[in-house]
Amino acid sequence: MAVTTTTPSTAGKTSLTTSASTPGWARWANRHRKWLFASPAMVFVAVLIIFPVAWTLYLSLTNAEGSVRAESEFVGFANYLDVLSDTERFWPAVLRTVVFTGGVLAAEIVLGMAIALLLWRPFKGEKWVRVAILLPLVATPVAVGMMWRLIFDPNIGMANRVLGWVGLGPWPWLAGEHSALPTTMLIDVWQWTPMIVLILLAGLTSLSDEPQEAALIDGASAWQRFRHVTLPLLMPTLVVAVLLRGIDALKTFDILYATKGKGGGSFHEVETLNVYAYGLSFDYNEYGVSSTVLIIFFLIIIGSMWAVTSRRKDAA
Amino acid sequence: MRARTPYKVFRVVALVVVVLALLAPLAWMVAASLKTNVDIYNPDKAVFFSPTWDNYAKVLQQANYVQFIVNSLWVAFAATALSLLLGVPAAYSMSRFSMGRSALVVLMARVIPAVSLLVPWYYVFSNLKMVGGFTVLILSHMFVSLPLIVYIMMGYFDGLPIELEESAMVDGLTPIGAFRRITLPLSTPGIATAGILSFIFSWNNFMFALVLSSAHTKTLPVAIFDFVGYASIDWGGLMAASTVVTLPIMLIALFAQKYVVSGLTAGATKG
Repeated sequence: MAVTTTTPSTAGKTSLTTSASTPGWARWANRHRKWLFASPAMVFVAVLIIFPVAWTLYLSLTNAEGSVRAESEFVGFANYLDVLSDTERFWPAVLRTVVFTGGVLAAEIVLGMAIALLLWRPFKGEKWVRVAILLPLVATPVAVGMMWRLIFDPNIGMANRVLGWVGLGPWPWLAGEHSALPTTMLIDVWQWTPMIVLILLAGLTSLSDEPQEAALIDGASAWQRFRHVTLPLLMPTLVVAVLLRGIDALKTFDILYATKGKGGGSFHEVETLNVYAYGLSFDYNEYGVSSTVLIIFFLIIIGSMWAVTSRRKDAA
Repeated sequence: MRARTPYKVFRVVALVVVVLALLAPLAWMVAASLKTNVDIYNPDKAVFFSPTWDNYAKVLQQANYVQFIVNSLWVAFAATALSLLLGVPAAYSMSRFSMGRSALVVLMARVIPAVSLLVPWYYVFSNLKMVGGFTVLILSHMFVSLPLIVYIMMGYFDGLPIELEESAMVDGLTPIGAFRRITLPLSTPGIATAGILSFIFSWNNFMFALVLSSAHTKTLPVAIFDFVGYASIDWGGLMAASTVVTLPIMLIALFAQKYVVSGLTAGATKG
């Protein structure tokens, strides 16, 4: 990601041009500008991260609950054993997180790729299509959740009316025990496919035309050109898109909490790991267990990032 | 490359379907915000209805939304300004001195689940009697803005030729002087991109304010969420409130489209 044009030697040389007439503190500032510039931001982030992560690790080994100020006992790995053997809330939440993330990623990549290819070559009215693509992406997720709650309302919602026109439904959408999770996935696909479109479109426009033309002269069909020319060239961009979207999809919270509320609904039907951890912390004040879930969740995120980036090196 | 006619027709149809699928729900939200609750329940009034501003009047006057709009604006502006102040010089250093590993520290903030930070923050800030105040909200939003700004600005500085600074230094400017008088003015488009993106993300942020705000510091997304705490939903009011929070952001996207897109796709094509 960081492709830098400077070498340390030119950076060192330039500081020599500081003239003798500049005051001492200014000379000091210029000589140490690397850390002078970088450290405030790094200290800010580090203080806000390192302390909380250490604290979360500590809490996960205690039975802290009720109030953050209440006395708590050190219980070792008891929370980890409890959480990992909990088939009622924890493992279903893991499964939902995997289904949600895997499902929306697959749908968003396929749809995003298709739409990016549609938009690739210039056409009249391109500007307006691009605005349409941008709007769901920047809309406030909580408001998006509320908007879809009205559309998916089983009685007055537009969704069931549209289904009725084609002789289907009515479907319970967000209200159903088994339909809620797919419905929230649909909302996520609506909001975030544009993100994939924009990233892939940026990748597509940066490709040169020559490989395409060569393949065309060799008589390759449109599908063959996509499969053997465009797709391999686009692979690095695709990996970045999967990585960026994947991290955010794993951590999805706003849409789920806005549509189903506490605990992911009365049957926990949309309770992913993030919603579960939030509920444990702030709806039920089970800080010890919640910290354990968060540590495991964090390891899952790091693990999946590592899996994607190591595949990226294979592809390169 | 010339496309064949069947493809051209298919492309137009497909694009129309895509645009409709993306815009129809938003149009539906705005339409519902202009209807009475009786009309929202009436299928015959789906498209043709007599618009009313009552929902907006109700939301803005009774529900105290003006206060929440001011809160959201203040938090987003302050978090963005402070993050730019910290983030732009940091990104410059990280780009010019190839500080990849240091950049990783800042970018970690994007990966960590926010819930794991909220419990300790809540504890510390409640001991400092800061929970519910603006300071802690702004700090938490900076935590989202800063990594975003560093990420976007690093990419921008990477693309800015070092020769401009070097020739300025030959002309007698100090390195910091060259950064201030040459690099910063040239970076205005990058800073605009980073600032707009940071503003949007802060404005839309829900979870931090859900935990850390109080009745008088509440931001718009939390205010909308609180709207449905009761037995029956006032759909007209809810849609008006949702429109109030989304409309400003959509206008920004409309008028600063170029910046928003380049911010969202920053770093994607360099691999």
